[in-house]
Amino acid sequence: MTGTPAIKAINLVKIYQSGGVPVPAVRGIDMRVESGEFVAIMGPSGSGKSTLVHMLGGLDVRTSGEIWLDGTRADTLSESGWALLRRRKVGFVFQFFNLVANMTVADNVELPALLGGATPRQARERREYLLGELGLTERASAAPAQLSGGEQQRVALARALANQPRLLLADEPTGNLDSRNTKDVLRLLSDVHRKGQTIVLVTHDARVASMADRVVSLLDGEIVDDGALPRARRRPAGTVGDVVELRG
Amino acid sequence: MRLPLLALLAKEPAHGYELKHALEKTFGSAYPSPNIGQIYVTLGRLEKDGYVRAVDVEQSNRPNKKVYYLTAVGREALENWVDEPTEGPRVRDEFFMKLVLAPLTGIADRMALVNRQRRHYLSLMRDLNELAEQTDPGNRVALLLIEGAMLHLQADLDWLERCQEELP
Repeated sequence: MTGTPAIKAINLVKIYQSGGVPVPAVRGIDMRVESGEFVAIMGPSGSGKSTLVHMLGGLDVRTSGEIWLDGTRADTLSESGWALLRRRKVGFVFQFFNLVANMTVADNVELPALLGGATPRQARERREYLLGELGLTERASAAPAQLSGGEQQRVALARALANQPRLLLADEPTGNLDSRNTKDVLRLLSDVHRKGQTIVLVTHDARVASMADRVVSLLDGEIVDDGALPRARRRPAGTVGDVVELRG
Repeated sequence: MRLPLLALLAKEPAHGYELKHALEKTFGSAYPSPNIGQIYVTLGRLEKDGYVRAVDVEQSNRPNKKVYYLTAVGREALENWVDEPTEGPRVRDEFFMKLVLAPLTGIADRMALVNRQRRHYLSLMRDLNELAEQTDPGNRVALLLIEGAMLHLQADLDWLERCQEELP
């Protein structure tokens, strides 16, 4: 694969200090994500998944190593440098949603597009598309506090996608969703991915991970597996009987 | 296969192909389609045990077809089935056996086993996703069956993760 990777991480390390004791969360990760790729990061809690995506989005400072986003060295940026880079290139979906409390859902979603230089009309059209895909059209004029956890999470995803970022980073984007709402999120992710969106997300949810081009597994802050899923053999109908067996 | 056939026959008498179609239509493509030979073998056994009886129905330009109907004994067996609690799911332990035993022999590495199994589960999940997309949204039974399979698979993956954490 040639071309500038969307992400390149070199020997990335994060060590937290906990009462004078160094706690390594990420221990030397090398990772390359091509433009347009969809990568899922899995692993037990405490394996460093969240720390890794937070560092890739500049929300957590790396202890050592390098981060390159879209060909630009990012780990040496100041906080405001990161903020600028994120505004232009990165959408982030947090586990906790970080919506602006005194703005409507519609304004929350339009804001990043407007900040990214979209016209009001483009921002509105993008917002309408995203909220529609996520089944939230009717909630557009609500305040975040009036929404359920699952609704807030979907708004956070819409907001992250509002300015069509080069890179979407997400930390458990379906963590608070029931099965039906998860389906809406899956459909939207697969739709934007098909249109070329680069996605890196942390997930426990096998339905989400199974949509990725590649799955990276972490254990104790290190990558223990990294590879494409075996391409779904088009099984003859019915052999999902590997999984489904009804007795009688 | 015996009791589902009894249940379908309790609704109305039917011949073998009608039973096959009823199963396929109800459970959708996630359910391995029963082959017609199996259905006739099962019907034959049910007849021998006195649960069903068959009558020959003449057809104008084809061979007679056998239409099966439920007997009183068959109905009782069906009622017993319905009234009993059903066995819980069994842990599918073949992989676990492999994971525990293979490294002892020195022929496999646990990490590699877990990683390969994870990829396999995820590709099964991908198949289920596709199957769900292709299933008629109105067929709730078929969709629930797929969702059940997905939830089981998720549990298998969670267990795999625990194995990876706990086993050296």
